[in-house]
Amino acid sequence: MSDTLGTDAAVGRQSRVTAGARGAAKLPAPPRATARRRARVRLRLEIALLSAPAILMFLAFVIFPVALAAYYGFYRWHGYGAPTDWVGLGNYRLILTDPAFQQVLKHSFMIMGLSLVIQGPLAIGLALLLNQKIRGRSAIRVLIFVPYIISEVIVGTGWSLMAQSDGAINDLLRHIGLGALQADWLSDPKLAIWTLMAIISWKYIGFAVILMLAGLQSIPQELFEAAAIDGASYWQIQRRITLPLLGPTIRIWAFLSIIGSLQLFDLVYIIWGQYVSGTAGTSTMAIYMVAQGRNAGNYGYGSAIAVVMFLISLVVALVYQRFVLRRDLRGAVAEGAVR
Amino acid sequence: MSATTARSWFPAGPGAPAGRGAVGDRPQKWGHPVTYFVALLFIGVCIAPVLYIVLGGFRTNSQITTSPAGLPHPWVIGNYVDVLKSNRFWGEFANSLMVALASTLGIVVLGLMVSYAIARYDFRLKGAMYSLFAAGLMFPMVIAITPLYIVVKDLGLVDNLLGVIVPQIAFGLPTTVIILVPFLRAIPDEIEEAAAIDGASRLGFFVRMAVPLSLPGVVTVGILAFIGSWNNYVLPLYILNSQANFTLPLGVQAFSSQYSTDTAKVLAFTSLAMLPALVFFSVFEKRIVGGLTGAVKG
Repeated sequence: MSDTLGTDAAVGRQSRVTAGARGAAKLPAPPRATARRRARVRLRLEIALLSAPAILMFLAFVIFPVALAAYYGFYRWHGYGAPTDWVGLGNYRLILTDPAFQQVLKHSFMIMGLSLVIQGPLAIGLALLLNQKIRGRSAIRVLIFVPYIISEVIVGTGWSLMAQSDGAINDLLRHIGLGALQADWLSDPKLAIWTLMAIISWKYIGFAVILMLAGLQSIPQELFEAAAIDGASYWQIQRRITLPLLGPTIRIWAFLSIIGSLQLFDLVYIIWGQYVSGTAGTSTMAIYMVAQGRNAGNYGYGSAIAVVMFLISLVVALVYQRFVLRRDLRGAVAEGAVR
Repeated sequence: MSATTARSWFPAGPGAPAGRGAVGDRPQKWGHPVTYFVALLFIGVCIAPVLYIVLGGFRTNSQITTSPAGLPHPWVIGNYVDVLKSNRFWGEFANSLMVALASTLGIVVLGLMVSYAIARYDFRLKGAMYSLFAAGLMFPMVIAITPLYIVVKDLGLVDNLLGVIVPQIAFGLPTTVIILVPFLRAIPDEIEEAAAIDGASRLGFFVRMAVPLSLPGVVTVGILAFIGSWNNYVLPLYILNSQANFTLPLGVQAFSSQYSTDTAKVLAFTSLAMLPALVFFSVFEKRIVGGLTGAVKG
């Protein structure tokens, strides 16, 4: 028995060495074939036992529903019984010409771009600032992370009370003598998307700062010291050393931010609801999908929107991976998608 | 050597939690005043809306109407007492707790098992499995929510807490795998060999050695799962219909539309609903921040 185990450990070690090339760790023909075979069966069994529950769960409740959406997307279907009214690419043709969808698409991409432009520089700046040796750094880290921890529902409820026209924000502006700036933050179509961006930035900036801080702390201190000895100024050090070395962190953050923005749902749904968000100019792809699918009962059309959303995210992710993340991620997502 | 292997797989590594302490250990000097000013301003912006919700619960509706941005004057605790005495709040609290605990347990157990297989066994589909979960990071629940609802409906789990728990476990797995695999990989082979010589089977090693050794990662994953479940909105929105089954996010929304004129009570309900996640977070803050950054940073 212990002999078998010893062999297995050897197999394990061998495989770790060649972990890069999958399946390359086949040992040459064994002298004691039956023991080897029994060990291999046991190995397979263990692998199956360990991975089957998670894989089955994942396939059944993540992959299968996504595939199902693709299937339903070809039907006009209201959610009762089996779908029978095959419309082929009809739903997709409809989406392409649907002005309402073009609207939400515009909003989603706007939110994506603005999130990057607003949060990125702000987070890097704040992280540089907070990375200095100051007192209470760990308390600061906790406090700036609070908005990220609170649920979207609570953020939405709180902010919609504060931002309504007779709410706390306008009251505060009046009190500090900026009464002229009072506005209808939520329902003015010119303003609403900016209010949304403010809320999004508030909620997610802490996460970005924490990531950047961790990235900064992984940069070896010696580099800064060496540069300082060579006579580099603070800004030169930030520009020539910190930013390039922070690159991987920034790129990963941007990826998470992009994917998150394209799927934005909760906040908008809570604050504006599916009907108001359309007129206020804040509705997103996900809002439109839910409004069409669950609430209007057009499950086929809703599924097609989900597929389009998924494809847009996938294309954006793959392009981003191919051209930006290539050095950082070694194609984890790309490989998964191709297979 | 194993650390380099982990790095080439994914820019994640349990190096972060270990490395963090080193910086904080040095005696700290006072920094520049401007730094403190900006830091305080930033904290103020982050915290003010939360304070608005919490303090608003201590006010009366007439206080809120006459001075929406004011402080409680006088302080009233009636709103909080009312909410704390209501069966509604505690029922929804219990539902949220049950869903969060069950989801966390499922995510941690299943995630650990599959991560262990990916991290420490060698088989042909290993890379594909890892990529599958990595790709799963790109499927937030929203995208699959309509067909997911249909799947849950076909299983007869609509308006049942299980209908929320099971999909949450499935959707929690990708993050878990991405975080745990580097942790499990980083366990030196020598330890496993030593355990094998002492007569431990591979599965015995998994339960008795690998899990305790990767505990920081496990705790991180568990906290993320718990908070993710506690805050989840879209899935309960689809699955749970009757108020008796609502989780707190649904409860907050229903409460705020039902008592839309009683703002103070809505604020009290809302702040009590966010309290558990905040307490949970502040207790485990180091783990969350450390684990998150360990998993994502490059």
